[in-house]
Amino acid sequence: MAGTDNFHIKKTGTVYDAVIVGSGAGGGMAGYVLAHAGLKVLMLEAGPFFDPRKDAQQLKFSYESPRRGASTTRPFGDFDAAYGGWQLDGEPYTTKDNTQFDWFRARMLGGRTNHWGRISLRMGPKDFKSHHIDGLTDDWPITYDDVKPFYDKVDRLIGVYGTAEGLENEPDGIFMAPPKPRLNELFIKRGANKVGVPVLPGRGSVLTEALPGNKDRGVCFYCGQCGRSCKVYADFSASSCLVIPALKTGNLTVIPHAMVREVLTGANGLATGVSYVDKNDLQEYEVKGKVVILGASAGESARLLLNSKSTSHPNGLANSSGVVGKYIHDSTGASLSGFLPQLMDRKRYNEDGVGSVHIYTPWWLDNKKLDFPRGYHIEYGGGMHMPAYGFGSGIQKLNGLVPGRDGKMKEAGGFGASLKDDYRRFYGTQVGMAGRGTAIARESNYCEIDPDVVDKYGIPVLRFHYKRTDDEIKQAKHMQETFQSIMHGMGATITSKIPGADTNYGLEAPGRIIHEVGTVRMGDDPKKSALNKWCQAHDCRNLFVVDAAPFVQQGDKNATWTILALSMRTSEYILDQRKRLILS
Amino acid sequence: MKRRDSFKAIGLGALATGLLLEGCREDAAKTTADAPDSPKTADAPANEAGRQPFEIARDKELHAATFFTPHEMATITTLADIIIPKDEKSGSASDAKVPEFIGFIVKDMPEHQLPMRGGLRWLDLQCATRYGQPFVSCSSPQQLEMVTKIAYPKKATPDMQAGVAFFNRMRDLTATGFFSSKMGIADIGYAGNTPNRWTGVPDDVLKQYGFEHNS
Repeated sequence: MAGTDNFHIKKTGTVYDAVIVGSGAGGGMAGYVLAHAGLKVLMLEAGPFFDPRKDAQQLKFSYESPRRGASTTRPFGDFDAAYGGWQLDGEPYTTKDNTQFDWFRARMLGGRTNHWGRISLRMGPKDFKSHHIDGLTDDWPITYDDVKPFYDKVDRLIGVYGTAEGLENEPDGIFMAPPKPRLNELFIKRGANKVGVPVLPGRGSVLTEALPGNKDRGVCFYCGQCGRSCKVYADFSASSCLVIPALKTGNLTVIPHAMVREVLTGANGLATGVSYVDKNDLQEYEVKGKVVILGASAGESARLLLNSKSTSHPNGLANSSGVVGKYIHDSTGASLSGFLPQLMDRKRYNEDGVGSVHIYTPWWLDNKKLDFPRGYHIEYGGGMHMPAYGFGSGIQKLNGLVPGRDGKMKEAGGFGASLKDDYRRFYGTQVGMAGRGTAIARESNYCEIDPDVVDKYGIPVLRFHYKRTDDEIKQAKHMQETFQSIMHGMGATITSKIPGADTNYGLEAPGRIIHEVGTVRMGDDPKKSALNKWCQAHDCRNLFVVDAAPFVQQGDKNATWTILALSMRTSEYILDQRKRLILS
Repeated sequence: MKRRDSFKAIGLGALATGLLLEGCREDAAKTTADAPDSPKTADAPANEAGRQPFEIARDKELHAATFFTPHEMATITTLADIIIPKDEKSGSASDAKVPEFIGFIVKDMPEHQLPMRGGLRWLDLQCATRYGQPFVSCSSPQQLEMVTKIAYPKKATPDMQAGVAFFNRMRDLTATGFFSSKMGIADIGYAGNTPNRWTGVPDDVLKQYGFEHNS
């Protein structure tokens, strides 16, 4: 390490009202609420500063990338906004007992919110209280009604499109107009309805209308590139919509490149601040706060707590119960793709639309009649996208399946003018669907500190142990059956190899859906949970967790909208406690 | 229509326009200054904002390196133009600088290197046996005869299997390189990547496919 001859820990005298670790949905929202309330807030981010206005790769054409947008250095493509991926140089994680967990980390201001799908679904009443349904999981200590006012406020603050449907477990929000379906999506809807699968307008955090009272954010101009993050701030990224606005209050300080080592506690067991290593100068720092708020991600927040051992907290901070790291769960996922022969030679026009979903299928069945618990929603894709790396691949599997322009079947494969024409003919005919389902939170699935491995900063790393069960596998099987019936209903030709039992029906490895939650769960009983219903540590009253770690049990819904609502709720609780002088 | 006018036409607010133009100006300047398909652009992108330092350094390193020999590049060029020739709508693969793209992508994705090098060698050996010379030196009818043996996976004889696997990869890289180029994107008719207002499927298209209304 550089500067070992000058190795000492730099401490500052400033005591912030709050120190926040992480700048994504959870940390960003806490910073936004607390800085606007006048608190002096310090936010530590392990990656660089990122402002979508300057740094987004939006509106670049494929040929502006030498690899034509391929995913060589960024897992979701060269223009995707996420800095990071499944593996980070010098920052490993491990697994045990031959299990698999793939951990996606984005190191940057705003974290993974810069590139996410913007699918913004509320959890429903049955998602918060699911024990009575099948006895498989514990209830949250709070109900949908406790969170509803905060979902409402998040809707107003950030903006979300959708339609009021009045469904019991798909609560409506305060919606802007949703984007109209694309042509492929009309076919999907028609085909799905034919086989009894409902299709609704999507719900996404993209401004299809001006956001009332907000002068900093532009309206969507329909490039369909939310994954690159939006230069006019028309989609929700924690960077553009929370942290950067909070900086304008003058009350928030952001330190980028700050990799937090541990939460520091005093003799009384309360948090006093955090220590971190600056990734650029490799110097060690300590900062002080009256309150410490973790929004580092479900994995990183658990890691931080487990690495924060002291005489007051010998088992790691907030971990007298031993539950920290346990109950990690990530959504199930499986997919199928094909093409619509009736769309060959389709008319060209711009159908980029928004970068979130135009349509989706909420969970629609009754588990009493099924052989697996809980449900899944379906996301759909397809259409006339910008050709990028991978375009046209495997044409030999397609062009022998349909008659040519002369009405005769062609030999698969080929070359020359006739092949060139085939690429044109198939353009925009593709259709795909992906299920995202509830995984059961299990004590036996966990992350813990690997005793033998540290990262390049000397911080002990996480080790995962995660096994799928029949519950998730049967759900994936059901997804595949549903996908096939929708494909048939719409007259599509399936091009994927239909996954069978040998591959768990295409069930993705845990972590792949990037919805991991539950590692620092909340609850009323300090013996069975790390946090109370305000996301406040049972063992340490000035420590809070505001990312997806407090989730007791996910629904099939994407986690972000609930992270935002819970973080806002916790932040307002902190303000209230300060007023009452319970928290200084 | 100029970009600024197009913003007015689609009714974007002044704010969004201002913000967007700030972000796009560099891109627009770049597009007019360099032919976007030229390797020069790829070598020295005018706008590196938002690219991570390791990505910029890696790209520089890759551009400086060479993988294919001149003979291999000549073979790739001939094959690419057989796969995607010039027609009434657009130019050939080499007109769209597909060989240069393939030269880059094998350095970016080393998993392509062995199958490409070995496949090119396999092809030359086949041609040497049949026609007494490497692929590029064969006559056009000989080249087409050889390619025909490996271009149709279901028809190909078992002794051609290695060639089929190579040609599938070569065809994929050629198609990807062509249709992701400026020329190929215009050919395929992709009409997006530009500010607009999405109001649903056009009426004539709805009618064509028997949809009464757009919802």
